[in-house]
Amino acid sequence: MNEQEFRQEVADWMATHLAGRFACLKHRGGPGDEEAFPALRKEWEQELAAGGWVGLGWPREHGGRDLPLALQLAFHEEYVRAGGPGRIGHIGETLMAPTLIALGTPEQQRRFLPGIREGREYWAQGYSEPGAGSDLAAITTRCWQDEDGRWRLQGQKVWTSLAHESEWIFVVARSTPGSVGREGLSFLLVPLDQPGIEIHPIRQMTGEAEFNSVFFDGAATEADCIVGKPGEGWKVAMALLGFERGVSTLGQQMHFIHELQLVIDVARANGAARDPAIRQRIADAWVGLQGLRYNGLRMLEEDTSSTKVRPEALIYKYAWSNWHRELGQLAMDVIGVAGDVRSDDDAVRRLQQVFFFSRADTIYAGTNEIQLNIIAERGLGMPRG
Amino acid sequence: MNLTLSDEQRALQETAADFLAAHTNARKEVDVDAELWSRIVELGWAAVQVPEELDGLGLGPVELVLLMEEMGRRLARTPFLANVVLAQTALLQAGSAEAQQGALAALAYGERTATLILGPGLDAAPASLTVKARRDGEGWVLAGEAAQVLDDGLLTHAYVAARIEEAPGVALFELAVDAAGLSRTPLEVWDLTRPQACWRFDEVRLTADARVDDPTRVLAGLARTRVLAALQVAAEQVGGAAQCLQLAVDYTKERVQFGKPVATFQAVKHRVAEMMVRMETARSTVRGVAARVAQGAQGNGLDDAALAAEVAAARVQATEAYRYCAQEAIQLHGGVGFTWEYDPQMHFKRAQWASQWCGATSGWREALAAHLLDAA
Repeated sequence: MNEQEFRQEVADWMATHLAGRFACLKHRGGPGDEEAFPALRKEWEQELAAGGWVGLGWPREHGGRDLPLALQLAFHEEYVRAGGPGRIGHIGETLMAPTLIALGTPEQQRRFLPGIREGREYWAQGYSEPGAGSDLAAITTRCWQDEDGRWRLQGQKVWTSLAHESEWIFVVARSTPGSVGREGLSFLLVPLDQPGIEIHPIRQMTGEAEFNSVFFDGAATEADCIVGKPGEGWKVAMALLGFERGVSTLGQQMHFIHELQLVIDVARANGAARDPAIRQRIADAWVGLQGLRYNGLRMLEEDTSSTKVRPEALIYKYAWSNWHRELGQLAMDVIGVAGDVRSDDDAVRRLQQVFFFSRADTIYAGTNEIQLNIIAERGLGMPRG
Repeated sequence: MNLTLSDEQRALQETAADFLAAHTNARKEVDVDAELWSRIVELGWAAVQVPEELDGLGLGPVELVLLMEEMGRRLARTPFLANVVLAQTALLQAGSAEAQQGALAALAYGERTATLILGPGLDAAPASLTVKARRDGEGWVLAGEAAQVLDDGLLTHAYVAARIEEAPGVALFELAVDAAGLSRTPLEVWDLTRPQACWRFDEVRLTADARVDDPTRVLAGLARTRVLAALQVAAEQVGGAAQCLQLAVDYTKERVQFGKPVATFQAVKHRVAEMMVRMETARSTVRGVAARVAQGAQGNGLDDAALAAEVAAARVQATEAYRYCAQEAIQLHGGVGFTWEYDPQMHFKRAQWASQWCGATSGWREALAAHLLDAA
C-alpha cells in the first residue's frame, strides 16, 4: 500500500471517529495523564479495534495486519497528529502480545490475543519490586505450584501502571526457593480480580495515582498460565523488554511535538516569546526533538549487515527522558508565576503535568544512571567494576 | 523516510575509513599534504556531488556526509572542505550554466583546486562581504581584504563573493591565485589542521568572463551554499566527536589507577556514555538531515526556510557534541590530556574552529526561534 494513501486513510478515520463523545479525549491520557477518562478511553480502544487499528504489526495468523514498519510508523504519527489519546491498552498490545506471539503456547495465544486486540482485556506489568528497581535479579516475590498444578504467588510488585484498570498482570517471580539472580525465575500471567490480590494506589508528586503497589497473598493462576518453562522467566522478561522500544517511540515524539507547540503558543500569548533567553531555549527544544526524531528513524532503519548493538537504540531512552524533563522546565519558565496555580486552561494544565511528571521519566524503565551504565558497558565495551 | 544506507554508501564509508586511517597524520610537521590530496582526488571523492551530465559521480549530500565524518575523525589536512564543500557548492547553487560546465569537472578531478571567499567565517550576508567589485570597461576590478580565508597553500583558484559598488548587488568571481594585485599572507592559527590566510585584493583586474554567477540566483544561492556547507561541517564535527569518544574509551581502558583500569569506575563510565549520547544523537541528525536534503533534491520540496531549520538542528547538535566530547576527552586523559603529545588537544582546537565557522550556534538558534515564534 502507498504510504501517502495509508496516512490519508488514518487521518480520515481519526477525523470521523475522534469526534462526538470521544472529542474530549484529544491529546489526553498517556504517562502523567493516565487518570483522564479511563472508562471512555477503554471504549475508544474498542472503537480503534473495530476500525482495524490494533495489532498492525502482528502476523496475520494472530489476527494482525502484518504491516511493514513504515506503515506502522505512519499510523502512530497520524494518530498523534490527530490528537489520538494515550493508549490504555498499550501494555497488552505492544508488550504482552509480541511476547505471547514469540514465546507463548498456541493455547495462550488463542486465549489472550483476541482480548488484547479487541480492547476487552487490559494488562499491567509486574516487574519492579520495592527492593528491586532496574535490578530484576533481586526479585523476591515467590511463586510455587500447588498439588493441583495451579501457581500461587506471595510478595509485592510496585510501579505497576494502570493495574487498577486492568484485568491481567504479567509477573516475574522466584519459583526456585533459594535461587539468586537471574536463575530460578518464572514468568506468570495472573488475573487481577481475585481475593489474593490487593491493589493500592501510589499518590505521585502530581497528586494523581496512575501507579500502584500490587500485593500478592496466596494469589492463584492456572497451571498453563506460565510463559516459557519454570525457571526461564528471566529470558522471557528480557525478550519482552526488547519489544519496549519500537515504532511506538516515534508516536511518542508526536506527543512531544504537540507539547512543544503548546509551549510556543503560551510564549506567543504571554510575551515570553520576546525574551532572548527563552527564544534560544525554545529553539534548542526544537533541535533536541529533531535529534530524537532522526535517532528514532535511524533506530528503525534496516541494517542487516551489522549484528552489533545499535547505539541509537541504546541511547534513546536516556535522550528522550532528558529532553522531556528540560521541556517541562522550559514550559514552566514560559508560563511564569501563573504556573504556581493549578490552571483551568487545558494547555497550561497539560504543561504543568509535563513539568511534574517528567521527573519520573528519568527514573522509570531504568534510571538515567542505569541507562548510562548500559550505554557504557554494552555500547562502548567498558569493563564491569 | 528511510535512513538505511545503500550497499554503495556503506562501501564508500568503509573505504574512506580504511584509507584515511592508513594515510592521514594530522601531526605531520608540514603545512600542506599534497600527496594525500592527490590520492583523494584519484579516489573520486572530489567528484561525488558533481552531476553526471557535468562528468561527476552524481551522488549527493549523504555521500558527502559519510566522507566528511571520516575526514573529521582523522583531522585530514586537505582542501576538500574548501574545494568540494565550498567552491563546488557555490558553483552548483549560484553559478551560471557556462561556469558550471567549465569548472566543476576541473574541481572534481584535480585540474583546479579552489576555495570560496564569503564574509568572515563563511558568512553569506551581503553586508558582511568585505571584497568590493567595480566595473572597469567590460571587466571588473576587485578591491578590499578578506581577513580569514581557508587556504592551505594548495589552491590554484578562488571563487570570491564581492559586493558590486555601482548597482547594489553581489557577484561571484573566479580568479587564479597568481592574479596580479592579489597577496596571500598565511595566518598563525590555533587549529593547525585548518590553515588560513589573509587575502588582500589590491586593484585585481578581471575580464568579463571572470564573473561566474547567475545573477537571478546568486544571493539565494550563496545563502544556500552556507547552509549546505554548515551541514557538511556538522558531519565533520560528528566524526571528530566520535574520535574523541574512541580516544577516551581506549585510554581509560588502559590507564590503571588504584589497581584497576579507570574504565571500571562508574564516574568514568557515565562520562563516556554521555559523550556517546551526544555524538550519536548528532550523527543521527546529520545523517537524517542529509537524507532529507537528498530527498528534496529529487523534487520532494524543501524550501529555504525548511532547509535552514533542518540544518540548524544538525549544526547545533554537532557543534555542542564535538565541543563536549573534545573537552571530556582531555579530562578523561588526565594530566596527559593537556599535553601536545596526545590527540585530544587537536580535536579541541578543531571543535573551537568549527563552532564559529558557518555561524555560531546562537545565531542558528535565533533564526530558528524566529521561524518558530514570529511567523504570523
